[in-house]
Amino acid sequence: METLDEVAIKQEKSEQDGSAPAVAVEDLHKSFGTQKVLNGVSLSVKRGETLAVLGRSGTGKSVLLRQIIGLESPDSGSVRIHGQDIAGLALDQMGAIRKKMGFLFQHSALYDSMTVEQNVAFPLVHHKAEMSKAERGDRVKQLLAEVGMEGALAKMPSDISGGMQKRVGLARALALEPDILLLDEPTAGLDPISSGEIDDLILKLQQEHHTASIVVTHDLHSAKTIADRLALLNKGDVVIQGSFEELQKSDVEFVREFLKQS
Amino acid sequence: MSDRSLSAAANMPAIVAEPSALPPTADVFTKIGEFLAWFGDLGIFFWRVARAAVTPPYEFRELFRQLDEIGSKSLPLVALAGAATGIVLSMEARYSLTRFGAKSLLPAAIVFSIIHETGPIITGLVVSGRVGAGIGAELASMKVTEQIDAIEASAVNPYRLLAATRILACILMMPLLTLAADASGLIMGWVAQAVAEPLSFHQFINSGFKGAGFNDFLPPTFKTMVFGLIIGLVACFQGMRTQGGAAGVGRSATSSVVLSSLFVILADVVLVKLILIFFP
Repeated sequence: METLDEVAIKQEKSEQDGSAPAVAVEDLHKSFGTQKVLNGVSLSVKRGETLAVLGRSGTGKSVLLRQIIGLESPDSGSVRIHGQDIAGLALDQMGAIRKKMGFLFQHSALYDSMTVEQNVAFPLVHHKAEMSKAERGDRVKQLLAEVGMEGALAKMPSDISGGMQKRVGLARALALEPDILLLDEPTAGLDPISSGEIDDLILKLQQEHHTASIVVTHDLHSAKTIADRLALLNKGDVVIQGSFEELQKSDVEFVREFLKQS
Repeated sequence: MSDRSLSAAANMPAIVAEPSALPPTADVFTKIGEFLAWFGDLGIFFWRVARAAVTPPYEFRELFRQLDEIGSKSLPLVALAGAATGIVLSMEARYSLTRFGAKSLLPAAIVFSIIHETGPIITGLVVSGRVGAGIGAELASMKVTEQIDAIEASAVNPYRLLAATRILACILMMPLLTLAADASGLIMGWVAQAVAEPLSFHQFINSGFKGAGFNDFLPPTFKTMVFGLIIGLVACFQGMRTQGGAAGVGRSATSSVVLSSLFVILADVVLVKLILIFFP
């Protein structure tokens, strides 16, 4: 079994030579009991690229993201992060890989016993021990300013709206300057104005940070705005991948129906 | 990679009772199988926590927070329970010993009863009620709102941050809380005794501890570290495997208290026997 240092060195090498895609998913299968959720999903994302994963509710979009960050394990198939297969890695080894990844949960998953400031500082407290308290405070303020939440430092998650929680969740996901950003329904449950603001924010952050991003959404308008490529999931498999224009030209019945209804 | 997942298991089978279409014998075997599977999962959970606890980085900040949460905040309740037990013991022992003409043994009966058994077990049950429910509900709520997943996604080991710190705090604080229960029980036992018949505290203690050695005091006090392990382990395990929203949180809080109290009592049976063998 590889040590933590070996995992980290391998990661760094792969990032530097750019030989492997940031995220590569191959023939991923996952079932819960008798219900097949992922049925041979394959996709990859390069550094600086944004892929939007679209599909109807319950087609396994969120499960796919959880597999990529290793919160769930696949029944078969592989997930490679910068060329490193994450199957069989122990929690601490996976931790070395996760430091390079940011995850925005669908319901933000902010720590409800902590203030907004403490939520964003959480990854820094645990992984940037060399940072002084003042430096950490400055970094948190900078992150919150990036997402337009600089005034909410002392607020509790329960005191802010769903859209604001998403912004704070995004700031927390960006705290360790990740190479890979996984966003689970970043605009779900938000009004059109808040959705637009979140989309603009994601675009701005991508331009500044050049992350490889996978955005799970059922919002076609949002996907069109923020993604370089789109992947449409149906019954646990990718029906089509490509630009929005390529999707529009598709003859596949499900693709046409999805675009018509969206 | 399945060993990393915290969400795979279902709740304690004994707590979730659902009607079954299976014949009664098959149902019994299923229940036994689920019960054994629960123990297997608990063993795996314990192994992961133990491994996380002894490998860096160490979560000292969270450990100190839990020492305060579990220790200092349980102190008033434990002291009160110890005091009430001391009074009851004093009154009951006085009544019984007077009947059999052994009133002079009253201080020794109270002291030995409290430090040998009553103090440790009362502390164990009070802590499993207060702390077991607290840990079970807190971790369950974090689990169903994906906060534990968020910790894991932030590259922090939740077994180390959440479970190891709480379990270690329970283990370390139990003997200290037991001392508090013993002390308040002895003081109130003396007060109840002095109210019925004048007796100085000095005389009460001298008479009570006559013939007592370290073997009467240390093993029963330190056996509560095992109670702490049971309470922390069961509550963290039940909390971190919660499924099913608010109802699941309620089930986990309840099962944490019920199971940890039950296992504390069962462990006490074994520990008393071992203490009698090794510290006669």
